[in-house]
Amino acid sequence: MAQAFTKAMARNIFYGGTAFFFLLFLALTFQTHSALPELDNRNALTGPQGEMIAKGKQVWEENDCIGCHTLLGEGAYFAPELGNVYKRFGSTDAIKGFIASRPKDGVPGRRSMPQFNLSEEELTAIAEFLKYVSEIKTARNWPPNTQG
Amino acid sequence: MKYKSQKVAKLYFIAAIGLFVGQILFGLIIGAQYIWGDFLFPEIPFNVARMVHTNLLIVWLLFGFMGAAYYLVPEEAETDLVMPWLANLMFWIFLTAGAATILGYLLVPYAQLAELTKNELLPTMGREFLEQPTITKIGIVIVALSFLANIGLTILKGRKTVINLVLLMGMTGLAVFFLFAFYNPVNVVLDKYYWWWVVHLWVEGVWELILGSILAFILIKTTGVDREVIEKWLYVIIAMVLITGIIGTGHHYYWIGTPAFWQWWGSIFSAMEPIPFFMMTVFAFNMVNKRRRNHPNKAAVLWALGTAVMAFLGAGVWGFLHTLSPVNYYTHGTQITAAHGHMAFYGAYVMIVLAMISYAMPMLRGREAANSTKSQVLEMWGFWLMTISIVFITLFLTGAGILQVYLQRFADNPMPFMVVQEKIQLFYALREIAGFIFLSGLLIYIVSFFVGSKEPEATIEGEVVPT
Repeated sequence: MAQAFTKAMARNIFYGGTAFFFLLFLALTFQTHSALPELDNRNALTGPQGEMIAKGKQVWEENDCIGCHTLLGEGAYFAPELGNVYKRFGSTDAIKGFIASRPKDGVPGRRSMPQFNLSEEELTAIAEFLKYVSEIKTARNWPPNTQG
Repeated sequence: MKYKSQKVAKLYFIAAIGLFVGQILFGLIIGAQYIWGDFLFPEIPFNVARMVHTNLLIVWLLFGFMGAAYYLVPEEAETDLVMPWLANLMFWIFLTAGAATILGYLLVPYAQLAELTKNELLPTMGREFLEQPTITKIGIVIVALSFLANIGLTILKGRKTVINLVLLMGMTGLAVFFLFAFYNPVNVVLDKYYWWWVVHLWVEGVWELILGSILAFILIKTTGVDREVIEKWLYVIIAMVLITGIIGTGHHYYWIGTPAFWQWWGSIFSAMEPIPFFMMTVFAFNMVNKRRRNHPNKAAVLWALGTAVMAFLGAGVWGFLHTLSPVNYYTHGTQITAAHGHMAFYGAYVMIVLAMISYAMPMLRGREAANSTKSQVLEMWGFWLMTISIVFITLFLTGAGILQVYLQRFADNPMPFMVVQEKIQLFYALREIAGFIFLSGLLIYIVSFFVGSKEPEATIEGEVVPT
């Protein structure tokens, strides 16, 4: 590097640049928060239905579903995308039926979802949670098709 | 070793390598489950093995970072650690908490672990990479705060170098952004938005400060290049890291229900994220070419150059491959992401920790500057086997990913996920073979610590010809 460019200048670019772009990031975050009510399907999260979805998120987390599946593309890549599973399966009952019917000992030679022994209430909750996620307005309606 | 308290680093390094072995073994298990879906089912389901694989990675890298800090901070500050006893105590607390958490994953169903650890009081579990019970997360915060107090006070007491300040900023950022792990709203979009403040702002933000400062330290020590020159480079590199990387978070905000403006911000800024990695490569090779002396620890120099190259390829090039939003529309959440993740983590963070261990361990074990030639040769075999394997793992996963994207998302008649998985089996099998070669490299690396200990230290061959 040329001698004219000193360590002090490099340091100032670091501190100044970091401060500026972090503030810009905060501004974009603020902008995001203002736009989210139109996108994130938060109306579903109110009332008794909202409590059911909250319970569903708890079931989702406490069984580490993200350890195999993706949800809006984030998670593990071992099992299908679930951000749109409600659209793929067509109903909450189909989702509940699938989860409840997983064989305890798996399927010989193939991947199989574990049998989580969820209660009827937990099944309803997780299905409602997945329905809520499928109704989040993602950009360009991601994923590209129903296969996820 | 100039200061007695640097010795605490040794424990941290040994634990790091031990947990690294565990990480790779579980990597091989989940790799096998990609080929034989029922492997170890239902005893060790995929999600559990994966969580062990990723959590062990994070924990051993943290051990490595802390060990590196305990070694280099006193040397840079020219004073002993203020509280070496605390560093020792925290080592055992962190190791016990880490081991208990991993055993918890393996011994009881995850839902039961959540119940046992009272997750409902402050639900933080069940999110990718943040699967640890809330109590473990609190433990991590306590360990991090004690660690920061220890190195912070040491730096305050002693000489303030740029390397120490950058390292301290990186470590402080690591602790601060981890606090977002405790924010877990029901609103999935908000949950995901701030989850990335831990994950992205760690690995594409503050961790790169840690990487840069450790690399700078090793280069000063092994090349003898003027500190002023190296510190200037360090500032420029980390400036570019944060200028591009902070807004670069936007490349995670394309498809999770966040507004569409992120497609532009995320694409433009994250497209520039390879720049600091490229500068790091130029920096490392430049410093080694301008060296004022040859260092007898050739293995350490190899790791330092290796991390610069592999971080650029894995984080820079493989990140760029799928970072633009029109591309990411198709590749998001596929094996392309997995390919990038493997080479980026290995290149940037595994290799920098192994570089530091390579540099410091001989001194921690009583050598003047380096291991015997015999030991170094074996260590370099480990380097090449692991590095070449990770390149192949990445290439095979990229192949799997391209096919997956085409069949499942791009073709006229998209196929279901599970059908596509069967069609890309071959790549998973090849990846697993590369994984076993990686393991053999790791074992040879470990053996290198136990051979040639009685032989004399490697010496410097020839004088450096000034250019």
